[in-house]
Amino acid sequence: MLGIVFALPRVPRGKPVFPPMNPLIAATRRDLLLALRRKSEVLTTVFFFVIVVSLFPLGIGPEPVLLKKIAPGVLWVAALLATLLGLPRLFAADHLDGTLEQMALSPQPLGLLVSGKILAHWLSCGLPLVLLAPLLGLQFDLEASALGVLTVALLLGTPLLSLIGAIGAALTLGVRGGGVLLALLVLPLYIPALIFGAGAVEAHIAGLDVGGHLSLLAAMLALATFFAPWATTAALRIALE
Amino acid sequence: MTHSLIHWFRFASPQSFYPLAGKLVPWFWALAALTGAAGLYIGFFVAPTDAQQGEGYRIIFVHVPASWMSMFIYLVMAFWAGLGLVLNTRLSGMMAQALAPTGALMAALSLWTGALWGKPMWGAWWVWDARLTSELILFFLYIGFIALQAAIDDPRRADKAGAVLALVGVVNIPIIYFSVKWWNTLHQGSTINLNKAPSMATTMLWGMLLMALCFWMYSIAVALMRARAIILERERHTEWVKHALD
Repeated sequence: MLGIVFALPRVPRGKPVFPPMNPLIAATRRDLLLALRRKSEVLTTVFFFVIVVSLFPLGIGPEPVLLKKIAPGVLWVAALLATLLGLPRLFAADHLDGTLEQMALSPQPLGLLVSGKILAHWLSCGLPLVLLAPLLGLQFDLEASALGVLTVALLLGTPLLSLIGAIGAALTLGVRGGGVLLALLVLPLYIPALIFGAGAVEAHIAGLDVGGHLSLLAAMLALATFFAPWATTAALRIALE
Repeated sequence: MTHSLIHWFRFASPQSFYPLAGKLVPWFWALAALTGAAGLYIGFFVAPTDAQQGEGYRIIFVHVPASWMSMFIYLVMAFWAGLGLVLNTRLSGMMAQALAPTGALMAALSLWTGALWGKPMWGAWWVWDARLTSELILFFLYIGFIALQAAIDDPRRADKAGAVLALVGVVNIPIIYFSVKWWNTLHQGSTINLNKAPSMATTMLWGMLLMALCFWMYSIAVALMRARAIILERERHTEWVKHALD
């Protein structure tokens, strides 16, 4: 018993004791700073989103009725693909220069650091899509209230995409043909988010209640927030072995 | 206590599992052939013609067992994968890897026979029904698992990465299934209701159960054969493999 008491690390006077959430904030801050220094990567994802969405009217034709009907699905599928495009960046650079290994060896829980990285990925990759989606929705003749539902659904859905995608990114880290493989692994798992996200907007246009869709999205987000960093950490440790 | 534990874990070693699997394989093949012959005979000659669907319904004897197996094999694969992660046994990963192609084959067979059945009955090769869609997604999950394992050169890492993916997939399968189901009811695309089970003649049921048993035996036999090949490939540097192949 005494041994255990004495074994506790003693904090030197004058140094602040870090609260337990600090690794998460530190990891988020670091990745956001890196993203700000390399703006082109973030902007590429955003423009990919814009271009993919713009391709659909060109391929299908300019009839407003049809475009309005497919708008939620098109915007959601484009958001899915844009998130996917940004995923390999999540761990690849840190894996190459050894930072990831240092993170795994550090006394801070790797799960928190990984959560911070995922949060930063969403802030730099998912949030711009959410903010841009209403603008693109206008091109598809969606009403203001539908645009609101679309934004809320994306706000709940894009973090879910980042969380699930992080598992795939960790599994394919340093693997042959990582990018295509990542798409193969992650896209089937994105289907529920797509269904309820696009479904919310469609239900709203059809005059139905959207509460159920949004609640289910939020429930999946809560589940993923708990489990995904855990699975990602396990996958990262396997990749680092 | 310790004695029984040793007994159980004896076959977790590839070296002792390899001859055991070799002895079991012919038995499972024989059972598969017997149940398959009996099931096909009942299916083609004994079972009565369906009042609504005519002779076309007889594809059910392949379609339904294949669908069952495709779902069940994923569960078994995830079980082996989880076991491998927890106990760190080499054989578990090999079993998961051996099961995946059979599972993918069953999913593909289920989709294929479903299309062949759908064309004369509904007039379409494919409808976006909840069951069909989730079977398709299950097929994608199998392909993802196989692709991930194939892309990683180190077999131990491939096993573990595949195990994490299989477990993530197993958590997601019910979510995917129910979301697809709800998506389907929301859209009201097809008017065909697949959930209403038609009353089935007893002989039809027997034929289907025998065919299901045949698919089980076939899957076990093939998975064991594949596991033997994987064992030989991975343990090729060991002495016992050199002796086994002599």
